[in-house]
Amino acid sequence: MNSAIREQFPILHQEVNGHPLVYLDNAATSQKPQVVLDALNHYYEHDNSNVHRGVHTLGTRATDAYEGAREKIARFINAGRSEEIIFTRGTTTALNLVASSYGRPRLQPGDEIVITPMEHHSNLIPWQQLAKATGATLQYIPLQPDGNIDLADVEKVINSKTKIVSVVYVSNVLGVVNPVKEIAEIAHRHGAIMVVDGAQSTPHMKVDVQDLDCDFYAFSSHKMCGPTGFGALYGKRQLLAQMEPIEFGGEMINDVGLYESDWKDAPWRFEGGTPIISGAVGLGAAIDFLTEIGMDEIEKHEAHLANYAMERMSQIEGLTIYGPAKRKVGIVTFNLDGVHPHDLATVLDTFGVAIRAGHHCCQPLMRWLGASSTARASFYLYNNEQDVDRLIDALVQTKEYFGDET
Amino acid sequence: MKLDDLYRRVIMDHYKNQRNRGAFEDGAMTVELNNPTCGDRISLQLLVEDNKVKDAKFSGDGCSISMASASMMTEAVKGRTYEEALELADRFSALMKGEDVEFEEYEEIEALSGVNKFPARIKCATLAWNALRKGIATEDN
Repeated sequence: MNSAIREQFPILHQEVNGHPLVYLDNAATSQKPQVVLDALNHYYEHDNSNVHRGVHTLGTRATDAYEGAREKIARFINAGRSEEIIFTRGTTTALNLVASSYGRPRLQPGDEIVITPMEHHSNLIPWQQLAKATGATLQYIPLQPDGNIDLADVEKVINSKTKIVSVVYVSNVLGVVNPVKEIAEIAHRHGAIMVVDGAQSTPHMKVDVQDLDCDFYAFSSHKMCGPTGFGALYGKRQLLAQMEPIEFGGEMINDVGLYESDWKDAPWRFEGGTPIISGAVGLGAAIDFLTEIGMDEIEKHEAHLANYAMERMSQIEGLTIYGPAKRKVGIVTFNLDGVHPHDLATVLDTFGVAIRAGHHCCQPLMRWLGASSTARASFYLYNNEQDVDRLIDALVQTKEYFGDET
Repeated sequence: MKLDDLYRRVIMDHYKNQRNRGAFEDGAMTVELNNPTCGDRISLQLLVEDNKVKDAKFSGDGCSISMASASMMTEAVKGRTYEEALELADRFSALMKGEDVEFEEYEEIEALSGVNKFPARIKCATLAWNALRKGIATEDN
């Protein structure tokens, strides 16, 4: 990955606490390139208008930009058609939509929902709530000691009672890539639907929802160079057609009577109110940017950085890395003996190095790891080996600093 | 920002040798509190008698700032009336806002004054004190 890419991210060119910024919190949110910032600015300066309503020129431009983004997103994840893309506020809203709109009217006592202990809270609590509301039960696919999923376990957990299987594609803590295609095949064999949490996969690797044969796929804009507060849910057309909206009003309406109303077709029936138009515009620009670089290139670059970081970290005594030994994605979660991750993150911050510390919205996984919290460095396309070197230097100094105090 | 503002020797000493760590056998009021953003948790036990904190112990898991603060807080409130304990908590809040306050009852608390320069860490320092407030509020009702 060349330095010209890094140049396009204005935020990276600043000092934090007297040091050049090293931003390694990309799994939480990514930075935005100039082209995305420009697209947002251009939209508000020239095209801002409501969508699907105005017959004037700006209304048409805004609608074209909004629906144009839907087509870009569909192509980006290889959906069969753009009507299979529902705009949401992000991954969380998308998964909640599936639980409420698909799950709530269909599940009953005795049914089972299958997830894993490595799910982000966003792909755990909606199912927990759905189980409580319908009398269905939650079942967990166990994890191997290194955090991987064994398909033999999947075969044991999924059965004829299973109605929904929902699994994260890439863990935001362990950095593992789950075999969602194989899990989808097992789910379908038992008549269950397959939901994929794509929050950490979509920004970092090529995604093909038709090849995965998943029924729903959720992701967020802000982790892939786009604006916050926006994201999408892919859903197979025949499923979306059977689902009722969960929010009513505004743009989702077809016809309203005094006592009865009906809705537009999917995806618009799920997009009540004035939508996040600038979010669609920004994500559209982000997708153009990422596509031009190439998702395979991005994946390769991040895997290189993660493996380089792990190799150097493994030379630091007392440092534990969680998850598999080799990475396909750029997420490295770790702990340094005797230094609580919050203290570690504060000390790294004084060196201008931004990482995440805490439970990463994965409390059940933290319990599984036997840690109350962990530190996490996560990479993106603009990071380089020098960032890793700065991280390692700061880790070594942190160790010395806390060591001296004993 | 200087790290030594945050991690003074006295803080690290309280983190590594936490005072009043543990639990009473029985008869103590227990308050559980956690910091949902980071997962830090504290279980504070107060042995109360005649509107007074006779003794205090804590357990839990957290960063050096949260644990050192809990260690100091439990030392400082021992033997205080509820009123005095709440007044201490108020003074601690003022300290976190960067105000110049003194803790003649237990001067080591002043070592935490540097936390106000690290806004992201104020929640760590106040966890134990919030548990104290919650405990006294429960007991008062």
